[in-house]
Amino acid sequence: MELIKEPWPWYVAGPMIAVVMFVMLYFGKNFGMSANLRTMCAIGGAGKYAEFFNFDWRSQVWNLVFVLGTITGGYLASEYLSNGHPLQLSEAIVSELNALGVDTQGGGILPESLFGVDALFSLRGIVMMVFGGFLVGFGARYAGGCTSGHAISGLSDLQVPSLIAVVGFFIGGLLMTFFLLPIILRL
Amino acid sequence: MNKIKYYLAGLMFGVIMTKAEVISWYRIYEMFKFQSFHMFGIIGSAVVLGGLMVFWIKKTGFKSKDGMPIHFMPKKMSVPRYLIGGIIFGLGWAMTGACPGPMFTLVGNGFVAMLVVVFSAVLGTFVYGIVKDRLPH
Repeated sequence: MELIKEPWPWYVAGPMIAVVMFVMLYFGKNFGMSANLRTMCAIGGAGKYAEFFNFDWRSQVWNLVFVLGTITGGYLASEYLSNGHPLQLSEAIVSELNALGVDTQGGGILPESLFGVDALFSLRGIVMMVFGGFLVGFGARYAGGCTSGHAISGLSDLQVPSLIAVVGFFIGGLLMTFFLLPIILRL
Repeated sequence: MNKIKYYLAGLMFGVIMTKAEVISWYRIYEMFKFQSFHMFGIIGSAVVLGGLMVFWIKKTGFKSKDGMPIHFMPKKMSVPRYLIGGIIFGLGWAMTGACPGPMFTLVGNGFVAMLVVVFSAVLGTFVYGIVKDRLPH
């Protein structure tokens, strides 16, 4: 039990994610999370504004149920499967982030200064959450999938379009991390 | 009730993402700074094992639970769509540290402000749907 409460290493988590993908294939479904954002638009009546949202969202309810599971999983893992030890970060990352005004002292999985409730009342927090979320939603649909759909499901099926998308994910991520975050985090 | 299996699969995914700290903004930052092997190891090993599984399904004709053949839809080839869309997604991923799976799991972890990220992602998807036909695909 103590071992389960430790953070899980990559060689445990990676194969387990592949098992989740396999289980979904066995259920006759594709493993992809961002499709849910489109379904939510359709439920909200977006079909009145764009043809893209005119589909039978009831056929996608299984995926929303999956999302509900991921929320519960997050709750169970943090509440009952955690030993409460602070997140381990290298000294180099800590000093780099602190210089950019990002907190690392709390030991949580997210910096409170960026994603805590109080951050919603700061320009920096709003930009990170609102713009960041917008780009994730817009980009995932434009690319036709996200990390689960392209990087895991698509690459597992050796799909070239997914490889192009993953290259794009990294170009965008590197641009943001190396050039834009140092500016945005100083807002 | 027949949907409970999806709930349980999602539950497992949420636990894995939380326990492996995939949902951590710090881990994504480290990944893009090439300071840690952790995320590369997770995605890499998932793809290697996933690839073997997909290969095996195709080779043996393994059927789904309902006895149907498992189809893998080839995605339509395009460079601009996947590259530009991917770059936009990557910019957002590095900001929020959360892709469309983790952002929900983080809410379950008690980070209620993440609902703002979820809402913004839904809005981004909506705007894509509106301007879609004017973008290169």
